[in-house]
Amino acid sequence: MQATDTTDPEYFHKVVDCQYACPAHTPVPAYIRLIAQQRYTDAYLINWESNVFPGVLGRTCDRPCEPACRRGRVEEEPVAICRLKRVAADFKDEVADMLPKAGPPNGKKIALIGAGPASLTVARDLAPLGYELHLYDEQAKGGGFMRSQIPSFRLPEDVLDEEIGYILNMGIRTVFDTYVDSMAEMLTKGYDAIFVGSGAPKGRDLPKLPGRKEADENIHIGINWLANVAFEHTKKIGKRVIVLGGGNTAMDCCRTSRRLGGEDVKVIVRSPFADMKASPWEKEDAMHEGIPIIDNHVPREFVVEKGKLVGMTFEKVEAVYHPDGRRELTPTGEDPEFVPCDDVLVAIGQENAFPWIEKETGIRFTSWGTPIINDDETFQSTRKEVFFGGDSAFGPSNIITAVAHGHKAAVSIDLYCRGKDISKRPPPDVTLVGQKMGIHEWSYDSIPIADERKIVPLEDLKKSLSDRMVEVELGFDAEAAFIEAERCLNCDAQTVFTDVECIECDACTDICPTSCITFTHNAPEDELRAKLLVPAENREQDLYVSGPLRTGRVMIKDEDVCLHCGLCAERCPTAAWDMQMFLYNVTKATPNLVDIK
Amino acid sequence: MSYYKPKFRHPSLPENELGYTVADYDGAVSTLCAGCGHDSISAAIRNACFLSAIPPHRIAKLSGIGCSSKTPTYFLGRSHGFNSVHGRMPSVATGASVANRDLIYLGISGDGDTASIGMGQFVHLIRRNVNMTYIVANNGCYGLTKGQDSATADLGSVGKSGVKNQFDGIDLASLAVLQGASFVARSFSGDKEQLEPLIRAAMAHKGFAFIDVVSPCVTFANNVGSTKSYAATRDNLEVMPLDFVPMREEIRTQYKEGSSQAVTLHDGSIIHLHKASKDYKADSRESALIALQSANETGKVLTGLLYIDPNSQDLNHTLELAPKPLNSLGKDELCPGSRVLNSINEGLR
Ligand SMILES: Cc1cc2nc3c(=O)[nH]c(=O)nc-3n(C[C@H](O)[C@H](O)[C@H](O)COP(=O)(O)OP(=O)(O)OC[C@H]3O[C@@H](n4cnc5c(N)ncnc54)[C@H](O)[C@@H]3O)c2cc1C
Ligand SMILES: Cc1ncc(C[n+]2csc(CCOP(=O)(O)OP(=O)(O)O)c2C)c(N)n1
Ligand code: SF4
Ligand code: SF4
Ligand code: SF4
Ligand SMILES: [Mg+2]
Repeated sequence: MQATDTTDPEYFHKVVDCQYACPAHTPVPAYIRLIAQQRYTDAYLINWESNVFPGVLGRTCDRPCEPACRRGRVEEEPVAICRLKRVAADFKDEVADMLPKAGPPNGKKIALIGAGPASLTVARDLAPLGYELHLYDEQAKGGGFMRSQIPSFRLPEDVLDEEIGYILNMGIRTVFDTYVDSMAEMLTKGYDAIFVGSGAPKGRDLPKLPGRKEADENIHIGINWLANVAFEHTKKIGKRVIVLGGGNTAMDCCRTSRRLGGEDVKVIVRSPFADMKASPWEKEDAMHEGIPIIDNHVPREFVVEKGKLVGMTFEKVEAVYHPDGRRELTPTGEDPEFVPCDDVLVAIGQENAFPWIEKETGIRFTSWGTPIINDDETFQSTRKEVFFGGDSAFGPSNIITAVAHGHKAAVSIDLYCRGKDISKRPPPDVTLVGQKMGIHEWSYDSIPIADERKIVPLEDLKKSLSDRMVEVELGFDAEAAFIEAERCLNCDAQTVFTDVECIECDACTDICPTSCITFTHNAPEDELRAKLLVPAENREQDLYVSGPLRTGRVMIKDEDVCLHCGLCAERCPTAAWDMQMFLYNVTKATPNLVDIK
Repeated sequence: MSYYKPKFRHPSLPENELGYTVADYDGAVSTLCAGCGHDSISAAIRNACFLSAIPPHRIAKLSGIGCSSKTPTYFLGRSHGFNSVHGRMPSVATGASVANRDLIYLGISGDGDTASIGMGQFVHLIRRNVNMTYIVANNGCYGLTKGQDSATADLGSVGKSGVKNQFDGIDLASLAVLQGASFVARSFSGDKEQLEPLIRAAMAHKGFAFIDVVSPCVTFANNVGSTKSYAATRDNLEVMPLDFVPMREEIRTQYKEGSSQAVTLHDGSIIHLHKASKDYKADSRESALIALQSANETGKVLTGLLYIDPNSQDLNHTLELAPKPLNSLGKDELCPGSRVLNSINEGLR
């Protein structure tokens, strides 16, 4: 294998599993250490710079970081990264004065269509540069789906208002209660660039299912219904409710129903339980609220009696997995099952819809209905001054993805407005600094604690179900937060190896608790992976390969389960190993938005 | 601050026949200087015991005084141990071995501990063929007392203080062969590929098994001019590789005719000596001495299994001692009564 090029920031970036998995690449371990030091405000600011909505995301993020977390590979559970983010938001001091202000006007004007997290991120990244930003939304308030879809018992309104406020206070011109019905017209308004962050607002229906029309009064499209609840147009639902679908929308629908009068609420889903799209914790939360999840049931009919919905019938299926990975739901042959109900919520997916973007604008779409985009770096559409991001770009995803898109689109818009080549992206902001304080001392708590993952305490169930505005999760207290923070392995404390210093004494191999380091003769990757001290079977994790050493061998470190404990560096007599703190800040239109000492 | 090892281990760490992983053979975190060769020997012992699936509680570690003699704390944390007086480990080992013949004895000593203060005791271990493995972590100096030249320091070798050693060094391996040791080997702390099978073979050998391991003192003798530095040892190494196949295991590697020599031990395990050592006669003291002499004359460090008598009989056998450990004998066996005493006395009249 080639020797590893550690001057490429992407190498060490990938070692920080959580940060790498985070679409916005939040420097997770850096803020977790600040939480352990009770520096909540600084922890918040690091988050805010990177993911814009720490308080919101600390409660609602899809947390792709957690399945990626290294801790989950050395013990049962990953670090509760997401809920630690909430700790930073809950315990921080007043931050408004520490946030950047709008810059002096630069004469450029940008329209942002849709006031969801994608547009808000673009606005935040561009405001300090002096752009005039016009934010359009058909709703009366900003936030997009964060406001209209995510129920208050998961995300209290004041948290949302606070974080949206930080952005709108940067001199953003809001054009709310305004549905943009013509892109062609927008293009004539003298904007230097337009960002489309209109989401994926169309909920899927079951138009062909028998009884659909007749029962219409008691059949609701999940996302529309949730929006109606959020904006208080809908305040009640029948006692017996069927929620169709297995994603997170279905989970929000069923839990909201329980708070709006639903007593017998069931989730009924086509796929097996294990294959459901909803996150495991959302399924748990629903079941905790007394909502059964019935899997392997395909809807066949809305049963109507005397013009009114009385229930649904389902066909029972089982999943057959083909060798090519394809899944097929085949009927079991049992009798169809009738499930009585008063209302049905259809939560089986969303789609993009751009009826307001005319063909003649030159903005072209794929057969999936998503816009054709230059690439997932620039987010430029087929019309050069129009950019997309968030759910509008590639279909429904989540808040943190919308934020990540927003950062990239903001960089593109800024380059575009300055007449620069938007494919030439500025590099990320990276530092790598030695951490040695003494023979046995590092600047971070290097030896990981063995504590198990802390569980977030919940509000009393009865109280939760009595009011949809009562937040269910209570968040960690300071003590639990400290222990949870200490579980983090500090994967950003990089093991940096300098081959010319190595005398091959084996001290690092001998001490390494997780057998990461092997000295052996170089070979092709497959061969190397097989002949390490413990074979490196996790191919998603890189091998760190040194240049040739005095004996002709090389040092191979399997990054997979390194604990970043620093023992290799402590036991190294020549400082060939060093622990160096790696900070990686993704490219943003305005670098260094906040100042952390 | 990290004076202890985290609890986490590689999730796919292999297990041996006993269901233990190599981590079950760990000891405390070493307090030796970072990079000390002795730590590598500790790791090789740990690995060897794991690979040979020796139950940790069947092993007794014995040592004298010195950095090397401290190491038993840093491996086999679940085994028995006795840290004796400087140079006096042999007498403790002899006593222990006759008192409890069922334990596996592992002596760890240094070149100072063995070749200076302990020399008198050491040769008697050899002479009596006490059933144990005896490892000297040989760095050519007294590491613990700040690096004075030891009796194994080579003539002309320069210590950290810059002074040349004026005496010929004692070659412990030659001495052991000459004195009649039944198993003599030499290795290098930086060559686990060789050291591990050697330790396994030594522990399987019945009788006294001696391994002289060059083990650089990174603090006092790893400078330019020192003949026992990492660099100098590597430059002069002449390695005779070997494999150890325990009785339980089938032989998986195919050895080419004439390329290797197999030695079967009393318990059925096999040592394969190969490649560079194809003409080497490991069961001849004479050829061992010649090979050692010619290596020494050319400044080479000849490593490998130098001599073995696979049919050796240990002290317990020679003295026809009780077949069981003393602690397992009952009162009647230990104290057979006046009738037996009388008959003994009668026999002496
Ligand atoms: C029920 C539900 C629960 C969810 N829960 C979570 C969660 O817990 N965590 C998570 O990370 N993600 C969650 N999501 C997904 C998340 O809300 C979205 O991925 C995210 O909000 C997308 O952001 P966006 O900026 O692309 O657009 P959106 O947030 O969708 O905002 C788009 C905005 O544009 C407006 N708009 C659209 N067209 C026009 C127009 N022509 N003129 C004016 N305004 C227009 C819309 O009214 C909307 O306000 C959930 C989604 C749903 C449906
Ligand atoms: C009876 C006695 N004499 C002298 C000493 C001082 N002393 C301690 S260790 C040592 C030499 C150790 O050298 P070696 O066995 O080579 O061990 P190393 O530290 O080099 O591994 C000496 C002389 C002692 N502890 N006890
Ligand atoms: S252990 Fe900490 S730094 Fe490592 S992946 Fe998990 S949260 Fe991130
Ligand atoms: S930091 Fe070094 S010693 Fe610790 S687990 Fe990683 S490679 Fe092993
Ligand atoms: S002084 Fe020498 S022998 Fe002793 S621990 Fe340090 S390096 Fe090892
Ligand atoms: Mg010594």
